[in-house]
Amino acid sequence: MRVVVLAALILLQVAPFMPAGAVNPDEMLADPVQEARARELSKDLRCLVCQNQSIDDSNASLARDLRVVVRERIKAGDSDSQVMRYVRDRYGDFVLLKPPVQPSTYALWFGPLLFAILGMIGVTLFMRRRPASLAPPALSEAERRRVELLLAEVKDGDGRLTP
Amino acid sequence: MRRLLYFLPLVLFAGIAVYFYLGLHRDPRAVPSALIDKPVPDFALAPLAGRANGRETAGLATADLRRGEVTLVNVFASWCAPCRIEHPQIKHLAEVLKVRVDAINYKDKPEAALDWLVRLGDPYGRIGADPDGRAAIEWGVYGVPETYVVDRQGVIRYRHVGPVMPHDVEQVILPLLRRLGR
Repeated sequence: MRVVVLAALILLQVAPFMPAGAVNPDEMLADPVQEARARELSKDLRCLVCQNQSIDDSNASLARDLRVVVRERIKAGDSDSQVMRYVRDRYGDFVLLKPPVQPSTYALWFGPLLFAILGMIGVTLFMRRRPASLAPPALSEAERRRVELLLAEVKDGDGRLTP
Repeated sequence: MRRLLYFLPLVLFAGIAVYFYLGLHRDPRAVPSALIDKPVPDFALAPLAGRANGRETAGLATADLRRGEVTLVNVFASWCAPCRIEHPQIKHLAEVLKVRVDAINYKDKPEAALDWLVRLGDPYGRIGADPDGRAAIEWGVYGVPETYVVDRQGVIRYRHVGPVMPHDVEQVILPLLRRLGR
């Protein structure tokens, strides 16, 4: 019991911040399955008045009209893709919030991949042209003797280096 | 040769920068119409109720735009301020240049629309009343005013979004009408 009350209280606090869309009760379809489909489709359709909102989010009157059209088409028995085609035929690709993959959008979809590949080629070429080993050159005979001398001094003495 | 290669990123950057700079000056609100070079959509609108006698009192439907005449279709509403701004240009096109201009009266009250036409002048041929904006959706209208150029075969050739200003008439609409052979 306590859990239920707690859950209800939490929901009461959170509910105002949950995305509810702009759908009015009078627009909704009686069939919850159809209504759910309409909601999903509406989320992918751009409101042309506010442009960066979906028709599901927008309060513009055109968005409302389009929500009603989407539901009309669903009620008429259209499949999801038929509904999208119906709106797209009238408002163009711009109405789709997710741009379709087609020749005019290849640059958009595959451009980043192209740049990533170019970058990798560039890095590979750069790596290849670098000298194979970065190990320091070997000591000369004079240097080696001096090092030995120094090490011997450290061992013999109190650890301080004295010339 | 290798030296030149070092400039490649700079050249790429310059190209992209110019592209974006030009993009800044384009109007993001002007969405290209999906109906360009497509036939006029199926629609049929009742006439604007109570329009004065002596004018065409029929409504507007698809067949009316397939009668072999180049026609402008102006989507307007009495509540729309930019429509008021473009109205002198629409009148000029219809009355002085004798272009056929039909209209879709978008989401308007008939009395308000009539009053508007009486006060500002009524240059239109047919007017179809679209009280719920459903026919406008068939046209892909997303705001008022919008103006479409329909050729003799009833094919949409151009859409203008927003008020038609004098320079739009001179630079775009008239040359297009001339090309369409009117």
